[in-house]
Amino acid sequence: MFARNRHTVQRLGFTAITMMAVFTVIPIVGTIIFILFKGGSAISWEFLSGFPHDGMRAGGILPAIIGTLYLTVGTAVFSVPLGIAAAIYLAEYASDNRLTRLIRLAIINLAGIPSVVYGLFGLGLFVLFLKFGTSILAASLTLSIMTLPVIISTAEESLRSVPQAFRTVSISLGATRWQTIRRIILKEALPGILTGVILGLERAAGETAPILFTGAAFFLPRLPGSPFDATMALPYHLFVISTQVPEMPIQIQYGTALVLLVFVLTMNIIATVIRSRARARRQW
Amino acid sequence: MVDKIIIENLSLQYSDGTESLRDVSMGIRQNAVTVLFGPAGGGKSTLLRCLNRLNDLTEVRASSGRILIDGENILDPKTDVIALRRKVGMVFARPVPLPMSIRENIIYGLELAGEKRKSKLDEAVERSLKLSAIWDEVKDRLDDPAIALSGGQQQRVCLARVIALQPEVILLDEPTSGLDPISTGKVEAALLELKKEYTVILVPHSIQQAARTADYAAFFLTGGLIEYGEGKTLFTIPKQKKTEDYIMGRFG
Amino acid sequence: MEKSLTLREFIITRLIQASGYSAILFVALIFFFLLREGLPTLAEVDASSLLSIRWYPIENYFGILPLITGSLIVTLGAALIAVPFGIGTAIYISEIAPRWMREILKPLVELLGGLPSVVLGFLGILVVSPFLRVFLDLPTGLTAFTGSLLLGGIAVPTVVSVAEDALDAVPRSYREGAWALGATHWQTIWRVTLPAARSGVLTAVMLGVGRAIGETMTVMMVTGNAPVMAVKLGSLFSPVRTMTATIAAEMGEVANGSTHYHVLFFIGMVLFLISFIVNIIASSVVFRAKKRAERILS
Repeated sequence: MFARNRHTVQRLGFTAITMMAVFTVIPIVGTIIFILFKGGSAISWEFLSGFPHDGMRAGGILPAIIGTLYLTVGTAVFSVPLGIAAAIYLAEYASDNRLTRLIRLAIINLAGIPSVVYGLFGLGLFVLFLKFGTSILAASLTLSIMTLPVIISTAEESLRSVPQAFRTVSISLGATRWQTIRRIILKEALPGILTGVILGLERAAGETAPILFTGAAFFLPRLPGSPFDATMALPYHLFVISTQVPEMPIQIQYGTALVLLVFVLTMNIIATVIRSRARARRQW
Repeated sequence: MVDKIIIENLSLQYSDGTESLRDVSMGIRQNAVTVLFGPAGGGKSTLLRCLNRLNDLTEVRASSGRILIDGENILDPKTDVIALRRKVGMVFARPVPLPMSIRENIIYGLELAGEKRKSKLDEAVERSLKLSAIWDEVKDRLDDPAIALSGGQQQRVCLARVIALQPEVILLDEPTSGLDPISTGKVEAALLELKKEYTVILVPHSIQQAARTADYAAFFLTGGLIEYGEGKTLFTIPKQKKTEDYIMGRFG
Repeated sequence: MEKSLTLREFIITRLIQASGYSAILFVALIFFFLLREGLPTLAEVDASSLLSIRWYPIENYFGILPLITGSLIVTLGAALIAVPFGIGTAIYISEIAPRWMREILKPLVELLGGLPSVVLGFLGILVVSPFLRVFLDLPTGLTAFTGSLLLGGIAVPTVVSVAEDALDAVPRSYREGAWALGATHWQTIWRVTLPAARSGVLTAVMLGVGRAIGETMTVMMVTGNAPVMAVKLGSLFSPVRTMTATIAAEMGEVANGSTHYHVLFFIGMVLFLISFIVNIIASSVVFRAKKRAERILS
């Protein structure tokens, strides 16, 4: 009797937990399918390659697509070298002291700062103080700092997973620390680092709040010509057309959401594939 | 014969307090196999890692004394440790092929040293693989990943990797601990060949191996050098009670 | 030093070191610029006015209490959703799901973390809020509750991944010990694994809450943007305005250097401090737990 009771409790418990997992996952899958389904009919060559007109109620979203590409690349230019170098410092050089703990605390804090606060910071430092203006440069720098913690922590983890013995052997063969890192450690850690970089950039590509006052333009009749120009961007454009423009055709809204989603999902899937393939291939 | 290496009053303590050395002094002969043996934690590996300054990678609390190689104190902070590590090569207990091909493993150190000529590199590959008695087994698959070899083969490639740098001293830290008897025999045979050209210092993985290979043998216990002498004498008529107990298998 | 250590190696090492330190520099810079632009508020606006319940910047009413309560109520609602579902999902992934299921679920949850918040806000406007308006018979679907619902979804991935790591880190021997004593799988989870992972799970909850407080676009789009005090339970089902949404909505239209501008930075400062405190507490919990584990193991 007692035993049966315990197993009833277990069955009920498992069912409840499983239901929770199901209710967590269904909206994710649902959201993606829903947007693919609703937005699919809006996608056409004109939509992807044309400029918006009629107060954005018609035409395409090319400037927003290009703008998001620019911002993503711009973010990568700053955050990738800096993030990987910082990860190398933490994994290969730093000893466990007060300063290192302070660096780790700083990284944790960077990861937790609200995105809109990054926007304020970018406005204060890059747009106004350094006089970059509302520009791709200012927005990319802002997004870079926001992306850093993701890149640093995944890259560090990946560097640390390379066996210590490789380092000892390489040093014993007359390599310097940097030669060891460059010739062996980085090569082995590359898939993990790449995964972190893509996941970081994915987040940057989808962000709106940090670029609101640092680089995003409501509407531009042409593509940005230099890093000092403002730019349209997919997430901001979606925000604008779903809240600020009256009588906006719903097709275009779903279409824009779809393009943004595909952009972000593609990066996510690439990152996942790189990671799982590297895990399968790893020999140590 | 002359002493290639002279160790004077060497003491060392790791920060985590694991192994240490207490006031070790000894001379190590050129063109001979010197065996450092004793129970685990006795300081043998620590001593090896002092000889090529690999201990620089570990947190050391305190060290004192001198190690002279060809008359120069290598513990001097002004020592060029990169050059030292090329001159004093090391083979580890577990074979660790670097994640690259067999050929790349062998020429890794040479390339770092600035050797770019292909003929020199090819020559080094063949010579060192032959000296380590593995040439015949791998000569047709030099571009295969080194990790694909068996453990015994891997360890001989690791030995060849050290030889390729043409060092003067070769340190071996229990190089056969994970190997089968046949591979062990091949490595030991290679050592006999190597001592003609190099100064070989070996931490054996068993007393039997120590007795088989030692020209000179040093017995270490808890960081101190207990007894040091010619291998033949030391293993048959040890002077110290502790050495005798250990050889007879009464402890450790 | 080493003679072979070339100048190049020296420079590279210094650059790497500087990159490592840069994280500290950035946090300091962010704090500095928030202070620089936000502190003038204290000179320009009376404390009593700042702590009043009226936010109407055009007429110089800068009471931030409605914004704080707005953030709190939305976050509280989000936590009530994200915590049980997040921890439940983490338990499912770590303890119950078969391996293949785990391989599907983990990337999926990670994917949710990567969905742009503006997309969720967009769906909130078009799908969730009309549904809630009809279903709950409300005058508007743009309410604190709508925000909580979507924010819960945004916080879930954080909770799941941190909690799952914590559960995963519980040594297998704990579980085996419990099974050996005749505990069912369920009892093992409930009485052994979960308590053993509790500090990590607590961290997960805190980081999830931190994520929810800081979220901007979604709440701005779906909470109706009415800066009213939200202190009653009913406020959950009426429009509110959070701190983040206020900054995002108004910063674009203020004159640089005006009082309004300074107050918005001041709110940013408050948000920064909240996330700072949440993260310090969360990381010290992890640190203490690690210490304890080391003591037990040594």
